[in-house]
Formats: sequence, C-alpha cells, structure tokens
Amino acid sequence: MIQLTVNGRSREVDVEPEMPLLWVLRDELDVKGPKFGCGIAQCGACTVHVNGEPVRSCSFPVSAAAGKRVLTLEGLAPGGRLHPVQQAWIEHQVPQCGYCQGGQILAAVALLRKKPNPTDKDIDEAMTNICRCGTYARIRTAIHAAAKSGKARA
Amino acid sequence: MTTRREFLKVSAAGGLVFGFHLPAANAQNVAPEINAWVVVRPDDTVIIRYARSEMGQGSMTSAAQLVAEELDCDWSKVRVEYADTNAHVRRKRVWGDMAAVGSRTIRQSQDYLRKAGAGAREMLLIAAAQGWNAPVAECTASNGVITHGPSGRKTSFGKVAGEAAKLAPPKEVTLKDPKDWKIAGKPIKRVDIPDIVAGRIRYGIDAQLPGMVYAAIAQCPVFGGRLKSVDAAKIEGRRGVIKVLPMEDYVAVVADNWWRAKEALKELPIEWSFGAGESASSESILQFLRSGLDDASNVVVARRNGELEQGLAGAAKVLEAEYFTPYLAHATLEPMGCTAVLKDGRVDVWTSTQNAEASHATAAATAGVPLENVYVHRVQLGGGFGRRGGSQDFVRQGVQIAKAMGSTPVKLLWTREEDTQHDFYRPLSVVRIKAGLDASGNPVAWYSRVSAPSIISTLLKLPLKEGVDPQAVASFADQPYAIPNVLIEYAQRNPHVPVGFWRTVGHSQNPFMRESFVDELAKAAGKDPYEYRRGLLPAATKEHGVLEATAKAARWAEPLPAGVHRGIAVTEAYGSYVAAVAELAVSDKNVVDIKRLVLGIDSGHVVNPDNVVAQMQGSAVFMLSAMFWGEITIKDGRVEQSNFHDYRMMRLREMPKVEVVLAPSGGFWGGIGEPGQAAIAPAICNALFAATGKRVRSLPLKSHGFEIA
Repeated sequence: MIQLTVNGRSREVDVEPEMPLLWVLRDELDVKGPKFGCGIAQCGACTVHVNGEPVRSCSFPVSAAAGKRVLTLEGLAPGGRLHPVQQAWIEHQVPQCGYCQGGQILAAVALLRKKPNPTDKDIDEAMTNICRCGTYARIRTAIHAAAKSGKARA
Repeated sequence: MTTRREFLKVSAAGGLVFGFHLPAANAQNVAPEINAWVVVRPDDTVIIRYARSEMGQGSMTSAAQLVAEELDCDWSKVRVEYADTNAHVRRKRVWGDMAAVGSRTIRQSQDYLRKAGAGAREMLLIAAAQGWNAPVAECTASNGVITHGPSGRKTSFGKVAGEAAKLAPPKEVTLKDPKDWKIAGKPIKRVDIPDIVAGRIRYGIDAQLPGMVYAAIAQCPVFGGRLKSVDAAKIEGRRGVIKVLPMEDYVAVVADNWWRAKEALKELPIEWSFGAGESASSESILQFLRSGLDDASNVVVARRNGELEQGLAGAAKVLEAEYFTPYLAHATLEPMGCTAVLKDGRVDVWTSTQNAEASHATAAATAGVPLENVYVHRVQLGGGFGRRGGSQDFVRQGVQIAKAMGSTPVKLLWTREEDTQHDFYRPLSVVRIKAGLDASGNPVAWYSRVSAPSIISTLLKLPLKEGVDPQAVASFADQPYAIPNVLIEYAQRNPHVPVGFWRTVGHSQNPFMRESFVDELAKAAGKDPYEYRRGLLPAATKEHGVLEATAKAARWAEPLPAGVHRGIAVTEAYGSYVAAVAELAVSDKNVVDIKRLVLGIDSGHVVNPDNVVAQMQGSAVFMLSAMFWGEITIKDGRVEQSNFHDYRMMRLREMPKVEVVLAPSGGFWGGIGEPGQAAIAPAICNALFAATGKRVRSLPLKSHGFEIA
C-alpha cells in the first residue's frame, strides 16, 4: 500500500509503484481535475502540486508521492473560497475549452508562491504548459492581476 | 410527439441515472417549459437550453444571450443546460442542428433562438395579462418582471410560468433591432468559466460509472490496413488485464485502470495486413498531387469570368508560382475517447463530440438499437477544431468495445500517439497561380488550379456539385478583386491518408496562397501592398471596409523602427471579413520576432465582443503553431509524428502581442471561431518578404529555416 495525502485527505492505494500519479488520481481515486494530454510531460495538463512543487503527474511515479501532500485543482478552493488566481482567471475570462486550465492555474499558483510579483520573463519561464485554444495572452494578464491583488496565498 | 412530462422523466433518467453531473444545473422536473428553449422555475430561475456543443468557442453563452435578450429576463437568473439528444429524437428534432462546426453555431441558429426568446416572452405576458384581466398590450416585460402599465401592478416570470406553459405559442413574433440590445452585444462573462476554474466541469474523459473498466487501443498504423493476428496469451495474467479484443482494424486491451490497459497493449504482439497504403510516402503523395496541376483530365472549373487566355495574352507582364500547404493534425488537448454502456437494449454514451446527433446515430447503428434507446450525455469538449464533428470513429469504437464487454461500462481513451497518427487531417494541397498585369500593374487575368483531396467526397461521402469541393477552392472561387478574366480549376486527388475539417480548413491555406500572390503582384507593379489591394477591392465590398479599418488601427502609413517590417492580407471566411497586419523583425539567424499582430474582423453583428476578441487571440496561436511547425508527414504509409515533441505547439513565451480590431458593419451574421486564422499566415509571410526578400510559398516556416523568437 502507498499512502499519500490528496487535497488534505489521507488516501491509501494498492497499485504498482511505477504507476504515474495521474492515473492513481484519475482512475483509482476519482480525482478528475488533472487531465491527460500527452503522457510524456510535454503539455502540462496533468500538473499537480506535490509538497507544494508543480509536477507533471503523467510522468511522476506514485511511489515518489508516497507520504507527501498532493494538491489538485479540486483542492485549491477549500470551503469554496476561490484562490486569487482562480478569481483572476474568471475576471479576465482566461479559459476557452478549459481542458488545460487546471494545469495552467496550478503552474501559476506555484509561480506566484516563489515570485509574488513576477516579470513577463518569469512568466515566460514558468508557464510552459500547452494551451491549444490559445489563451496565453490572457494567462499572462491574469497572473499579473493575481499578483497585483496582493493576496496570492500558498 | 411525447408530452412534456414524459420528456422530463426521460431527461432526468438520461442525465442522472449514473450520478454523472452535468456542468450546468438541471431543470427541476416540475419546472414549466415555456417552449423547447426556455424553462422558467417558480423561483424565477430561467433555464435556457443549448443544443450545440461547447469547446471553448463560447457559443453556449452567446446563444443564451440571444434567447435572454428577446425574453427580457434577468441574466443573473439564467442557467444554461444542454438539450438532450434522446428527447431530441423523440421530439422530432425540436432543437434543430446540434453540430458545432463551420463557425455556424450562432449565425445558423440566431433566427430561431431569438424567436424562441421572443415567443416565450409573449406567452409570459399573455399569462400575466389574463391573470389581471387586462389587455396584453398594456403589459411589458423587463428583467424578468412583468408590469401592467395603467395600474402599476407587477408580477414575475416565475409566478406566471405555469400558466404561460399551457398557452399556444404565438404564430408571429417581432424581434428587436440589434441597436436596442441590452444582453446580446455585451461582453457578458461566459457561463462555463466558473465551473472550469473550480475543477467542476466534466469532459468526455471524466465519465465515471460504477464497475467501469478501461480500454486502450492500437489501430493499424497504415491507413486502410487490417488486423491479421494478435497473441493475447503474451499478456495474460498481467495485473488488471481483463480482455483482449481483436477488431477489424484495431486491437483493444481492457483493464481495471487505463494505465494498465495501455502498458499491457505495449507488450502485445500484433500483426497487421497493411494493404495498398504501405508504399505511400510524403514524396509519392506530393508527386501524385503535383500531377493534378498538369493533368488535362479529371479537372473541373470552379469559376470562370471572361477569357483567361485572352487576358494573359494581352498582359504586359505574366507571373506564375506554385504554393504548397501540408497535412495537419488537430491535436485537441483531450485525446479521442468514448465511454459507453449497453444494458437491456439501451445505450448510454459519454463523449466529447462536436455533433451529438451524429454521435447518437453512430451509437445506435453500432449497437444495433433504435435511436430512441440511445442517450448521449452532453459534456464539455477538451478542444474540437473539427476533429470531433465529422468522423465519429471514436464513438463507433467505444460502443463496439462496450458491446463486447456485455453490460459492463467501458471507458475508451486514445493515447496522444494514436490521436496524432489516426486523425482526419487538414488536407494538403498544391496550387498553381498565374496572373497577368496590364501596363499600370493591375491584374487583368488570374488563374488558380488547386490539386487537393476532397473532404466532402471522402469523409462525408457526399456528391460534389459539378465536381467542386468548395473547401478546396475557398477564397479562390470567391476572390473579391476586380479582375476581368478569372479561371479557377479543381483537380480532386485523394491519397490514402484520411482528411477532415480542421479549424478554418480551406481558409487556413488558400488565403495564404492568394494573398501572398497578390503581394507578388503588388511588388511586380511597384505598389504599396495595402494601397494595391485597396485599389482592386470595390469600395462596396466588406473586404475593402475591414482592410481599411485594420490598416488604420495598425497605422500602416506611419514609418516603422529600423529593421521592423510589415505585411498585410485580407479575405472573407465563414461569412465574416478579416484582415491582418503583421509587424516583425528577422535576425541574421532567421529568428522571427513578431512585434505586433493586428487582426481586424467584420462579423456583421457581434453577440459577445469579449468572446470575439478571445477567439481572435486563440486563432493567432492556432495559426502560428501551424505555420511555424505544423506538418504531418508520411513514411511507409503511416504518420511519422507521434506526440508534442515532434508535432510542436506554440508556448506562452512565444505569444506575440495581438491587437483585435472589431469593425462590425451590421446587417449580417458572420462566423467567429474560425475566420480569425485566415489572414494571419499571408500577413506574416508578406512581412517576411519585406524583411528578407525571400518569398515563402510553402508551409511550415521551419522548412525554410525560420524560427519564432
């Protein structure tokens, strides 16, 4: 059995240690926020936080998350209170189809935790997730707005 | 026709039987349905039904805005809910076409959506008037409240909805003048975005049913090939593996977790009969298409004005060029998939589809059940771009696999590799263009021959009118320039690679060719590319208007900093008119720094301006990905690319500054999702010519050594 904490809740799974975290979350634990896009850590639709760090869960063995805290989009707004990044995403109408946006939001949250006032260059370097609909301009605007709101929390 | 009560029962069973929640709130079973599009609850909540699909194009919101506008309801109380495909079948297609394709979700449903809103308002007004024993002409509706003018009495939609639902719909309604719009025409926030950012929205891939198993598939790598044999014993006993299913042209492995199914499939020995396609390569396909440029037979005329040969013979100068665009994959970020369960003669399907009716029909045909026994559960799409609107191959497979598994629910999901290598690709094409200029540099003759596959013949299997596939000759056959002698020809040449609609399809390639060649003509005439076009476009054309508006916003006449160069292009696409101005600099290492991309659009009416801006921004990213890197190549009959490492997508750091110019001239309804791409490639390639003197006549740009900064 492998133990991990998903969105604040302790979970135990009986799976192969090499099974990617993404499939443990989606198929074993019914946590659907992280999406499958490529399977080779290219697109970032599967991005989750493990102990606060963004990882591409399609290529991250579940054994590496043993005993750690996993945060997905579902866990970002405890009690329904939206994270400033989520609020900025609504205010600036960022998503189109929305499929990549969970990964984008979690990447942005991690960036703002490290750099509360990111420059455009910081955003360029941190935001490497693919969006096929082409929401990049609004992602940039929304990250700056979330930073400005001055309450980007962990 | 079933009664309303029956429909609501069916709808509730269809939507909730597996505990799979729709993103929007479901109507209360008892809520009065005013008409097929409008349900009003006693608490004044207004349910507006949406029949087509939402894949990020924003139409779920825009369509509801049009209904709400005519209904005069309170937008803050509007909930949007998908129309049910099963009820659609039972109610004789009451919601019309459910397909979200061809940028037509608004422009081809605006009339009946607005009438549905206006009709429902009229019924609510009559119900209120009857309750007050007053003439309906003395009653008005605003923000969901009905007022009796003379007495000042008020009531709400919710209070009279029960009575209104019993009334006959009005035979005729008067629609508002768009200049009086209060809800439509405004940048209203999209109804699905709060669910997206909170992780509540569900895509096809997210279906979860009790006892569900998972399928991964391998399809014959060569298009048209068949399965020969499979050695299932090799993966027997692997953890989680439940079944190996050999099908006609694919193999499915079913397991208790999708990763286990996919990993087992990798170890499964499979033999294929590749068939005739095995010998094909990109080179052989190009040769086949190029022969279409010279063949005298199997060529049809798509447009003829005047006498081409006479025009060319009398020209002071004749220019000729050959252009090429490659196959492209859709690469929706959510790969193809379908969850299905067959039980007691009933089929339930969850799939991300652009055409729920086609999915419904495919599920019924594959399962061998009547249409009335099928339920296609509506979900958000993780991108569409045309891939999910034509072929329903993923539904056929999903239902086939579920059928083979008895009454166990199965979720089929493709890998990215399967998705890239088993697409219905944007057709490749080669085009020869020839034009004759008179002594003052104006074109007196224009010839184009397009040699390309036909989507309509091969995918839709429909007859072509006079042999012409309109997609293949789009923007050539309807070119707007004042040229007296025009001949446009089409040579249909179909290699073995399947083709399909792809965001902007023909307009993603032909305007690149046409508008690049117009630039070649301007250069030969020694004229400014903007002024040259403006002079050739009759002043009454919409192209003329949007070209002027875009050039003005881009400050075309003003000088640029040293090293920065401009390009411009204009075209019609999907009933809208678009123009683009690109400003860029090119380094000595051919790195292209796009300083500014100004995109203008005249879509006639604008239902949601912020959404139009979003679609134009997205179109820029989609086209830049395609024009810099997009190319599907063929070797040994199969696709060489497999995933995002070799089928490259643009990233945030490469996103240039995009400025959108809304130039609506009113009076018509143009498309929004696709037109934005059409003018971008030629504007950028024309700017590249201005910067480097190199004329790009084929895409992608990586083949010419250009990189994006």
